Amino acid sequence: MADARSVILGRIRAALADRPGPVTVPREYDRVRDLGDVLTLFEKQVADYRAVVRRVAESALPAEIESSLTAHGVRVMVTPADVPTWWRVGQFVWSLDAPMSPLPNAALDRADGVLTGCAVAIAQTGTIVLDAGYAQGRRALTLLPDYHLCVVHADQVVATVPEALARLESTRPLTFISGPSATSDIELDRVEGVHGPRNLEVLIVG
Amino acid sequence: MGTRVALFATCLTDTFFPDTARAVVRLLERLGCDVDFPAAQTCCGQMHYNTGYRAHAVKLAKRHAKAFDGYDAVVAPSGSCAGMVREVYPDLHRRTESVARRTYELSEFLVDVLGVTDVGAYFPHRVTYHPTCHSLRMLGVGEKPLELLRHVRGLDLVELSGADSCCGFGGTFALKNAETSTAMLADKMTHVLETRAQVVTAGDNSCLMHIGGGLSRLKTGVRSLHLAEILASTEEEPWAATP
Amino acid sequence: MGRNPVTWLGSPTFPNAARDALSDVQLRGNLAHATTTIRTKRAAAVAELPDWQRLRESGQAIKDEVLSNLDSYLERLEAAVTARGGIVHWARDAAEANEIVLRLVKEAGASEVVKVKSMATAEIGLNEALEEGGVSAIETDLAELIVQLGDDRPSHILVPAIHRNRSEIRDIFRSRMSGVEDLSDTPAELAEAARAHLRRKFLSAKVAISGANFAVADTGSVVVVESEGNGRMCLTLPETLITVMGIEKLVPTWSDLEVFLQLLPRSSTAERMNPYTSVWTGVTPGDGPRKFHLVLLDNGRTQTLADRVGRQALRCIRCSACLNVCPVYERTGGQAYGSVYPGPIGAILTPQLGAGTDDPQTAALLKSLPFASSLCGACYEVCPVRIDIPSVLVHLRGKAVEGTHTPESVAMAAASWVMQSPARFRLAQRAASVLRLISRRGKVKRLPWPGSKWTDSRDLPAPAAETFSAWWRRTRG
Repeated sequence: MADARSVILGRIRAALADRPGPVTVPREYDRVRDLGDVLTLFEKQVADYRAVVRRVAESALPAEIESSLTAHGVRVMVTPADVPTWWRVGQFVWSLDAPMSPLPNAALDRADGVLTGCAVAIAQTGTIVLDAGYAQGRRALTLLPDYHLCVVHADQVVATVPEALARLESTRPLTFISGPSATSDIELDRVEGVHGPRNLEVLIVG
Repeated sequence: MGTRVALFATCLTDTFFPDTARAVVRLLERLGCDVDFPAAQTCCGQMHYNTGYRAHAVKLAKRHAKAFDGYDAVVAPSGSCAGMVREVYPDLHRRTESVARRTYELSEFLVDVLGVTDVGAYFPHRVTYHPTCHSLRMLGVGEKPLELLRHVRGLDLVELSGADSCCGFGGTFALKNAETSTAMLADKMTHVLETRAQVVTAGDNSCLMHIGGGLSRLKTGVRSLHLAEILASTEEEPWAATP
Repeated sequence: MGRNPVTWLGSPTFPNAARDALSDVQLRGNLAHATTTIRTKRAAAVAELPDWQRLRESGQAIKDEVLSNLDSYLERLEAAVTARGGIVHWARDAAEANEIVLRLVKEAGASEVVKVKSMATAEIGLNEALEEGGVSAIETDLAELIVQLGDDRPSHILVPAIHRNRSEIRDIFRSRMSGVEDLSDTPAELAEAARAHLRRKFLSAKVAISGANFAVADTGSVVVVESEGNGRMCLTLPETLITVMGIEKLVPTWSDLEVFLQLLPRSSTAERMNPYTSVWTGVTPGDGPRKFHLVLLDNGRTQTLADRVGRQALRCIRCSACLNVCPVYERTGGQAYGSVYPGPIGAILTPQLGAGTDDPQTAALLKSLPFASSLCGACYEVCPVRIDIPSVLVHLRGKAVEGTHTPESVAMAAASWVMQSPARFRLAQRAASVLRLISRRGKVKRLPWPGSKWTDSRDLPAPAAETFSAWWRRTRG
């Protein structure tokens, strides 16, 4: 008996016996779009998801991180080991996650929050994208703690989805985050706060 | 001499609603058209096609194309039948392409071909308009019927909420899924009654037969009337259905 | 070949199921509320993109390109996934897919799995198959959880519990979860209850099972689009991840996703972007599962591909926009379609995936589905990949009546014969005028079957005393 793979491929070739003509994919949609000031738009769209978002100056970043964490009343924060040391502001307990010494899930679950950077941000949709690169850590890190504080630099913000995808490498583990976790499963109306972090806070630097 | 127009009355209107076809004739002649009614016409085959009997539809399409050969324009008081000819026929048989190109639904013909939105009509009643699905989505008549109605003197046009929802007719759907069809009709009637209109109008007698049949069964007193009959009506000659 | 579980065993034909659903006043209220909400929101989300129609055209073409060369794209995907440490399996039908998954779960030493909502696994009845094999599957999507805890069936592609309102959901949770006696019916509290209920399961699960929204043939990357974070939990925490994916879910390249990540969220939940989208490629050391299995599922897809008109149904990205705008779906709900795929897309997908069944009751259901539409065309207007659902419905109606000898086919043939000749048509018009004898004030109130199907709820106008053609001959002829 032939194996499933060759049977399925054989069925496909038989099904396409009519040789449907070559398809030319039209690409008339907007890859880039003038949306005015992308930082202003990004801020507005993130806020629209009921996430907390603030514009901050580069020099004031540590103080702003501190004020966010204080306002949120956290004590134990997790963060990837490669975030800049000056982000890890005083009076909080910082648990560092590193490839050689990953924190157990239980520790992530117990932490009050997580602080990361991001890879790219999309203004039109209010999305941040993590690619497990610099200052972002592995995926579980930004998933289990109930509070995610994310630092976005101005040069990481692009206007459209196509621009963002062009900056990303698909073979890295990617997470697109648009607001806090939410559901539309009750009467098709959006409610924030299910399994992922229920509180998302974004600091836009620059 | 004006444009040579063939009236494609549709089998339903011919049999059940001759007043509508007479109204089209009166209206188009008033606007200077030379109207003819090709006697060879019967049915466009839409019912067969939509119910899955394509081979019968192909035969009817071929003979329909022949019946309307040689006219500048073919005008139908039906978005659904005009849609069948224009959008489906070319897929059924090559020989129907010409009639497909020359076929118009009434409001399209008035606005796009004759270039009129004020047809000089007078109809002093409170009216609401239901855009039928095929006129809206297959032909894309858009605002044209409403434009025409807005120019009718004396007419009080009331917006129908949920207007673009199907009334539930759907040809044989009304029989094969009678309960679902009736549930859709019930919501459409509720919206019609909310407008407190005296008359509900549309560009298709099939949908009007459905909506009107429901309104009549419930003894609501609201009349269903084809758009053509409103547009044909003038102050001098108010439209009166044949006795 | 076993029975294809894409339809539920013993389901009646659509008109019969619809009759029951229509009499459920609560259901109709819930559906009208939910679909009206989402329709308005979708229209606003779509209006934000000036290039929406151009995106739809691209989406259609990309999917058509995939379908036209499906064999080579699948081979490319397989090679890319394998190169990145994933293991690819092929399943001809539901039974084979279920066997593969059950074997993999057992090899991983698990007796419990967490699941991300997936149409493919619902279509093959995976949960039931795992249950029979001694493995319990825990649905983690809120709506799936509601369906599972309520011993219910799904009624929507995106929101399987759309037929339930908040107080019904609260009642289900109260009776099936522990420690929620005081639960209120506010959506936020219900979501919180689900969070607490599933947290421990996520942290202890060894195996997760997901579907896939897209897979990139070039790179082997797999994409899951979700809202709650239950997807991320399943895709990242367990050691083993098994993804079951229909063979049509491919896009050729990474940049093709730029089209679908715009089309899908706005069409389905009417958002600019859904809260979470996860992309992974094979296995990444130190991040996420250590084992990744990808099961490629046929289960009727290749026979669908063989139909030149019907194959466009395989473009579907499961957004459910067509359900939300469908006037039939809005009245009957999803369960009347007898399948995990309800609504307009279900009416064209289910009969094609399930074709060839030898169960007469299933065959009758499949034949009834393409007629579950008034052909109003609202579905085609919103479909993000421009599936011409009305045309496919008509095409499948043709297949359903082909070669049948029924009162209907006889009537259709007779009507066609009559309409072939104007003279015969005139005679038929005259014959129809006998209806005038049973009419009152121009209305026919009651007809025998099958006319009763009309006159049960609607008056029929009596044929005119003089047809238009007769009038024309008399006055102008």
